Amino acid sequence: MSNIRKSMFNGEIAKHAVKESFIKLNPMFMIKNPVMFVVEVGTFVVLMMVLFPSYFATEDQLGFNISVFLILLFTVLFANFAESLAEGRGKAQADSLKKGKQEIKANKRVGLEIKIVNSTELRKGDVVIVSSGEMIPGDGEVIEGLASVDESAITGESAPVIKEAGGDFNSVTGGTRVVSDEIVVRITADPGESFIDKMISLVEGAQRQKTPNEIALNTLLTCLTLIFLIVVVTLAPIAKHFEIDLPIPVLISLLVCLIPTTIGGLLSAIGIAGMDRVTQFNVLAMSGKAVEASGDINTMILDKTGTITFGNRMASEFIPVGKMSKKELGYWASISSLKDETPEGRSVLELMRKLDYTIEDTIATGGEFVEFKAQTRMSGIDLKDGRHVRKGAVDSVRKWVESQGGLIPADLEDKANVIASDGGTPLAVAVDGVIYGLIYLKDTVKPGMKERFDQLRQMGIKTIMCTGDNPLTAATIAREAGVDSFIAESTPEDKIEVIRREQSEGKLVAMTGDGTNDAPALAQADVGLAMNSGTTAAKEAANMVDLDSDPSKIIEVVAIGKQLLMTRGALTTFSIANDVAKYFAIIPAMFMVAIPEMNVLNVMGLGSPLSAILSALIFNAVIIPLLIPLAMKGVKYKPMGASKLLSRNLIIYGVGGVIAPFIGIKAIDLIVHLWI
Amino acid sequence: MELLQMGIVIVVLLLLVKPVGTYMFHVFSNEPNRTDKVFGSTENVIFKIIGLRNRDSMNWKKYVLSFIATNAVLIAISYLLLRFQGMLPGNPSGIENMEASLALNTIISFMTNTNLQHYSGESGLTYLTQMAFVTMMMFTSAASGAAIAVAFIRGITRRGEGLGNFFQDFTKAIIRIFLPLALIVTIALVGLKVPQTFDPTATVRTLEGVEQQITMGPIASLEAIKHLGTNGGGFFGANSSHPFENPSPLTNVIEILSMWLLAASLPYMFGLFAKNKKQGWVIFSSMMILFLIFLSISYSSEKAGNPAINSLGIESSQGSMEGKEVRFGIAQSALFSTVTTAATTGSVNNMHDTLTPLGGLAALSEMMLNVVFGGKGVGLVNMLMYAILGVFICGLMVGRTPEFLGRKIEAREMKLIALVILVHPFIILVPTALSFMTASGYDSISNPGFHGLTQSLYEYTSSAANNGSGFEGLADNNVFWNVSTGLVMFFGRYMSIIAMLAVAGSLNAKKPVAETIGTFRTDNKLFIGILIGVVLLIGALTFLPVIVLGPVAEFLTLH
Repeated sequence: MSNIRKSMFNGEIAKHAVKESFIKLNPMFMIKNPVMFVVEVGTFVVLMMVLFPSYFATEDQLGFNISVFLILLFTVLFANFAESLAEGRGKAQADSLKKGKQEIKANKRVGLEIKIVNSTELRKGDVVIVSSGEMIPGDGEVIEGLASVDESAITGESAPVIKEAGGDFNSVTGGTRVVSDEIVVRITADPGESFIDKMISLVEGAQRQKTPNEIALNTLLTCLTLIFLIVVVTLAPIAKHFEIDLPIPVLISLLVCLIPTTIGGLLSAIGIAGMDRVTQFNVLAMSGKAVEASGDINTMILDKTGTITFGNRMASEFIPVGKMSKKELGYWASISSLKDETPEGRSVLELMRKLDYTIEDTIATGGEFVEFKAQTRMSGIDLKDGRHVRKGAVDSVRKWVESQGGLIPADLEDKANVIASDGGTPLAVAVDGVIYGLIYLKDTVKPGMKERFDQLRQMGIKTIMCTGDNPLTAATIAREAGVDSFIAESTPEDKIEVIRREQSEGKLVAMTGDGTNDAPALAQADVGLAMNSGTTAAKEAANMVDLDSDPSKIIEVVAIGKQLLMTRGALTTFSIANDVAKYFAIIPAMFMVAIPEMNVLNVMGLGSPLSAILSALIFNAVIIPLLIPLAMKGVKYKPMGASKLLSRNLIIYGVGGVIAPFIGIKAIDLIVHLWI
Repeated sequence: MELLQMGIVIVVLLLLVKPVGTYMFHVFSNEPNRTDKVFGSTENVIFKIIGLRNRDSMNWKKYVLSFIATNAVLIAISYLLLRFQGMLPGNPSGIENMEASLALNTIISFMTNTNLQHYSGESGLTYLTQMAFVTMMMFTSAASGAAIAVAFIRGITRRGEGLGNFFQDFTKAIIRIFLPLALIVTIALVGLKVPQTFDPTATVRTLEGVEQQITMGPIASLEAIKHLGTNGGGFFGANSSHPFENPSPLTNVIEILSMWLLAASLPYMFGLFAKNKKQGWVIFSSMMILFLIFLSISYSSEKAGNPAINSLGIESSQGSMEGKEVRFGIAQSALFSTVTTAATTGSVNNMHDTLTPLGGLAALSEMMLNVVFGGKGVGLVNMLMYAILGVFICGLMVGRTPEFLGRKIEAREMKLIALVILVHPFIILVPTALSFMTASGYDSISNPGFHGLTQSLYEYTSSAANNGSGFEGLADNNVFWNVSTGLVMFFGRYMSIIAMLAVAGSLNAKKPVAETIGTFRTDNKLFIGILIGVVLLIGALTFLPVIVLGPVAEFLTLH
């Protein structure tokens, strides 16, 4: 799938787009795009004059009229091609999704029996059993069991993920495959409404609705078209008064050159391509509106764990307390972690290796591992010789030691606080009634995050970090990562409150989340990005889903949203600025025969009136395909402040838009003038 | 010396903008201030009489409705006055009732602050109608315009409080701004020998022994409000070129400043409302830059003279003096023409029909744009509309959906603005084309060449922009021109006002968005450039073809 996405001018897609651009000539389609519809009507009028020259008394202008007709036709076709090309990329993606969506046999549980049915017959609430090697027949929740599931069909990620009943990892997607074990799934979507179905219709663009900004822009473009229609229609009777005869094809040429065909032809392609860029990024936007809104984001709420930091806290130092030595502490810490498979446990052993301490595990043989429990907040090992080794939260370990009548070293509290204030988590290590010291667990900030937050600041976006850590730890990480503010010991309710507060100040808020308790906040946020690994509730509340489940992607999504809006603005400015040069080409050409003095306005020194009009018209047509790559890729976007960004784009697309057609039309005229 | 003359007037204006803008802000901010002592009691009496005790802020619909209803009542009274003026008192010169289509045209013309005159003041109106109709309309139409501008500004700068109370704004505009200023200007003009009398037309025997009729009347008072309210309708057909209306260069300067001052101070007032003076100066600067461009075109073209006349060997070192008053000269005439078409006043101190082609082009273009200061209120509202357009087009280029003064510009606003920018060229170009296609329209055009197009185009542009000055060569007092210009004035005024107040209402109801470093700034130099660019690209390009065929063709063929 990914290689299909990559090549833009994939032969198959291009061929299909060519075909589509002819099909789209149907006026019923065209009328949706008023600017290009006017061009099509003009094309039709000129075609009539070409076909029935005697009726219109235009026999002597047949050559010119044919040229105008062809150029106009191509103008419309180019615009249609741009749209089809953008749609084509989405269609190709949808097709490959559809391939994976074959009819699947499902083991439906009816009472105590198992019935084999087709997946299309499954309804919401049905319960199915899926065993290793089988496809999951529809979207649902795991209600029993645990299994690893290969979700590469939707995510492209080949490593299987664990799905289990209860908790935040219970949602499964139809069309994915169970690789090991067996699960019982309750179906949550009727056929046709599943995640893959939604995804197909989204990437296909079938449900594409114009975004609010697109509608507003379309209004402006339609209005400009009407204005120029008035200009051209009223010009003919006035000119007639001066015995200047303006043939209809010339008037149509003037009209087509003046109306904003460049942006009119590319507008929907820009929108589709913007959505597509998000999809290529493996993020599924539920609507174009969401992508547009992401460009407007003022505040971003990010979870600390997994987004800003790696999340697994690593042992980075041994800090002995009382009269204990570092070596003793390391010894017992490693004993307690020998059978501990958690990342924290493994990192203790890694630290031992790093410090070149030897791990003596003989004493532990035959010992009984004690797992971490939420109630005890400790783990460790009960040795054969009767000693109990524990490591865990400082509070818990202290209570455990005190309960056995042990003494608490005076410096324990202070040292633990120092670790916490540095953003770390202290783990106390104790053997029966004796505390040996602390393991300094450090949460590491992902590389490059600080630079990204700097960029966001330049874009005017405020970042708020949410974490369950205590305020001291949170402050340290926040400082290290460079976020603007943080909420420590945060609950899901805190997030909603922060979002509401920011929104009441007129800000647009983006956030990421995966758990069911994130769902209300995801719904409240203007842009909510749910992780595909998350719960169905979270995915439904969000307006985007990240198939790779990488929460830091929200930053790129914002950039894509901005790029989409910029592309639209840049091409609109370019299109309108073009009119200056076109006027200087066509106006003198129209009046020069009757008023020879008008040649002063022919600043480009175009060869002849007819060649001037054709050159302007050709420029107007070819600029559309020339700008297709820009429309599809989007204008270059570097994070910077609004003023800088504006001056840069204004020079390129505004000033450039005034100058470029002067050069282009002159160049085309040099060639066209060879014939006329 | 001539440049100095113009320079001094501009400097005086610049010095007055801040105090006058601040004063207007205090008038309309409705917060208690020192001027309440002077005017408060008068106003309260009026408010009591009209039963306006609470003066609640209105939503845009109610504001528009109040505005239209007030205008409708004034139109009805005026129609009766004009149709029966011959029988009413205050008619010492025995002037007759006005014909229906002319009466309609005249009333629309004065109510819309256009003051296009298809009649001649000295023979068409009685003293009563000059005062009870003309002067009354000059106050009320100007006050209506000011109220609209203030309402629009409140809508886009305040948050969800409505647009204000129309009746309160209307009353305050008259009591606190137009009446006191008119009083000052009238006294100044009387001091400079402008007549102010109720005596009937004087009959004198000249040295040659012939009898001459000299029309007089309450001229100074009309002259004051004519300019302060950017109305422009003269007491005499010759308007401000008549020695009784505008006897000296000094009265000329006073008249220029009185028509320019309030329009030029509005952007500053807007800055105060927006709590961002820079924002006001950005709007002011854009207007001033455009003004200076047109003034230079007008002045240099008039100064260069008419090559056709120059080639006849006629002394023309002064420039093109045809149709100009010797007591004003080129500089005072060019400045007057540029200001009167910029501020859409429409009074003239020289014959616009005899302006050189490019001089006429400058006057024409300012009315086509209708944003270079513009008439009472409307110019500022139009300029802010272009600012919104500029934000909409260029704002996207910073990668955010467009916002102006902290409000998102969305489809609803764009639809309304589209209507405004569509109506303006429509009501200018379509009737111009019609005047060339119909015999009744075409017969009035007195010039066969390219100048004929300019005549017709000027008439409709002046009507659409509610300016009211004319290329007086046009024989325009007939049903075709009375009705067509009447409609153009009507739609030119009311369509855009209603649509723009709807925009203000819609923006007012919006939740404001926060401003960050990523926000598109509209209060810096770059935005001045964008604003001028958008005005020229969208406002001016529309008219380029007809301009090329009119004044530009005339200019090119003359050389």
